Amino acid sequence: MRIEYFQLIDHIVDLDLDGRTIRVDAQVPQESTIFEGHFPGHPLMPGVLLIEAMAQTSGWLVIAATKFERMPFLAAVKEAKLRSFVIPGQLLSITAKLLHDGSGFAVTKASVTVAGKATCEAELTLRVMPFPDPRLRANMEEVAARIGFPKEALAHG
Amino acid sequence: MMSSTFDTVANIIAETCDIPREKITPDSHAIDDLGIDSLDFLDIAFAIDKAFGIKLPLEQWTQEVNDGKATTEQYFVLKNLCARIDGLVAAKGAA
Repeated sequence: MRIEYFQLIDHIVDLDLDGRTIRVDAQVPQESTIFEGHFPGHPLMPGVLLIEAMAQTSGWLVIAATKFERMPFLAAVKEAKLRSFVIPGQLLSITAKLLHDGSGFAVTKASVTVAGKATCEAELTLRVMPFPDPRLRANMEEVAARIGFPKEALAHG
Repeated sequence: MMSSTFDTVANIIAETCDIPREKITPDSHAIDDLGIDSLDFLDIAFAIDKAFGIKLPLEQWTQEVNDGKATTEQYFVLKNLCARIDGLVAAKGAA
């Protein structure tokens, strides 16, 4: 997890375009300036970053479903539940399912587990649009290569 | 326009946007009269897509409006929206 760069996903573990699901891993770092402020003596992964991690997981699913032609942007967060604390060093297993592939938007249901325990969940709406800048697409392709985005999935029907 | 289509759409709008159902008429413009913004309209589109088993072509409509090839009235006055929903449902049935 490159937490200071807001690049929270480490590895795509499974991508199933037929089932419209994705599963990724994200390792919360042991140390970060974020934990110095949130909170002194009681470091916690901020809930908004857990939601962001679910949004990024959903985003990779949408990018795969649109064959890397569209960029998703977080638009709405619903029914978000943060069930337990996440502390430095924990490994997040994040899943997302595409509930709806609309015209210019997508709706997903995402959840995080830590050591098999349900930790948080949300229903997310993403605006989906052409990449607004070629530099963004190039950067996303670099990140995709780093996190094991399965390019072969793009050849899928 | 099938009246059931309008009832379904009006109920979706009322529930999604917390607008009194009696304020929603076939001549209401979703944006100009009901004040629905683009984010709320995504919720409405999601609910309409699910209710009718279709995919409202919002991107195409937006492009046509932006290009001056269509007016928002053609898509966002509810009787017109419902007619387009009926058309999409019929096209799906014929496919």
